[in-house]
Amino acid sequence: MSSIGTGYDLSASTFSPDGRVFQVEYAMKAVENSSTAIAVRCKDGVVFGVEKLVLSKLYEEGSNKRIFNVDRHVGMAVAGLLADARSLSEVAREEASNFRSNYGHNVPLKHLADRVAMYVHAYTLYSAVRPFGCSFILGSHDKDDGPQLYMVDPSGISYGYWGCAIGKAKQAAKTEIEKLQMKDMTCRELVKEVAKIIYIVHDEVKDKAFELDLSWVGEVTNGRHELVPKDIREEAEKYAKDSLEEEDDSDEDNM
Amino acid sequence: MAAAATMMFGQEQMISSNNDMAPDWTSKEVSTGTTIMAVEYDGGVVIGADSRTTTGAYIANRVTDKLTPIHDRIFCCRSGSAADTQAVADMVTYQLGFHSIELDELPLVETAANLFKASCYRYREELTAGIIVAGWDKRRGGQVYSVPIGGMCVRQQVSIGGSGSSYIYGFMDANYKTGMTKEQCLELVTNAVSLAMERDGSSGGVVRLAAISESGVERRVVLGNQLPKFSTH
Repeated sequence: MSSIGTGYDLSASTFSPDGRVFQVEYAMKAVENSSTAIAVRCKDGVVFGVEKLVLSKLYEEGSNKRIFNVDRHVGMAVAGLLADARSLSEVAREEASNFRSNYGHNVPLKHLADRVAMYVHAYTLYSAVRPFGCSFILGSHDKDDGPQLYMVDPSGISYGYWGCAIGKAKQAAKTEIEKLQMKDMTCRELVKEVAKIIYIVHDEVKDKAFELDLSWVGEVTNGRHELVPKDIREEAEKYAKDSLEEEDDSDEDNM
Repeated sequence: MAAAATMMFGQEQMISSNNDMAPDWTSKEVSTGTTIMAVEYDGGVVIGADSRTTTGAYIANRVTDKLTPIHDRIFCCRSGSAADTQAVADMVTYQLGFHSIELDELPLVETAANLFKASCYRYREELTAGIIVAGWDKRRGGQVYSVPIGGMCVRQQVSIGGSGSSYIYGFMDANYKTGMTKEQCLELVTNAVSLAMERDGSSGGVVRLAAISESGVERRVVLGNQLPKFSTH
């Protein structure tokens, strides 16, 4: 499971003898302890889904959102230390805004992902600071490049995806995402599937209550990143809950 | 476009005064008096310019190239102070080149125009630069952007600039039509620049042309003896 660094893990400016930077790996552990966030790219947009664990009944509903707007056409879902993620969302917002100010048009998502990834990477070079303890997924849609999806992890690499998951249930979520024929689906269809996946990977035993945050960007929203409207979200959650019940029922039949 | 059409004969207040023995052009700023223009067609742009650079009444260069490449498929036409426009064009070439490498794509014409606008507006008090940015990109095809003195930026299907342009506004209004082919645009630009050169003392020499499209840049020169003649008297 977890290996002990024994002396080589005290700062990000130290390599271990087998070539690892332990501080960065520990940062990734922080992400793995957080609840799941997924995003899937379909033929006309990108859908984000976040399993937001509710630690106390006293919390106001909708507080501590884990999906951010980085620019009108770019959304960001995060997993890991939420404070670190908030700081990075500000960085991403500034990058997107500066780009538009300098060059006169929307920032291409790949470029934005590269820029923020470079920023994250900078914090893995020095002993005076610690790496960011969060991964995040950026998604956008515009009429020239179509839908785009990129994920950045604490080491500062960015990857382009058709579907990706971060957080504690990322393996289970990835398995479910791989079953989808996302390239042929529209956002409306995908919203229901994303909700279903979050419900599937949610661990009823270890974590009790959770809120499902859904957002999308695509032709259905005219290129703007928005939270999914209440009625569509409720429909998606109902579909998710019903699908789970069906599976439970079919299990009983097999008995 | 009244701002771009004023006569440009140098900023005398910046040059130290000399005695009356030396000719006036020793104290005048080098200016690309100029006629420049750019036209969009389906699939690209055609740009054209005269070739005269003056210091006062002396023609410092009679074969100037005022059509300056900024990137593989983006050019700018320069009018106003030769030094100012060269300096700004160099800055934009650097910035755009860097940006293009970062993006790993050919840059947008709109980006180039915005970079010109940024410099021309920020330093508007010190510069005399009237620039037309024209080129091709895969997103919007052929585009022409006008960045006149003062530093505004606007996209137009046809744009004319420089001191000689005043004389051909009527000609352009009468003869430009949307949906022209590349050859028609080349003919229109040649005729227009020639007419302007005929009437404007700060424009003359040869007509330089360039046609920019997805496949590349085609440059041509119409020499003095080949210029279309309109006058019959």
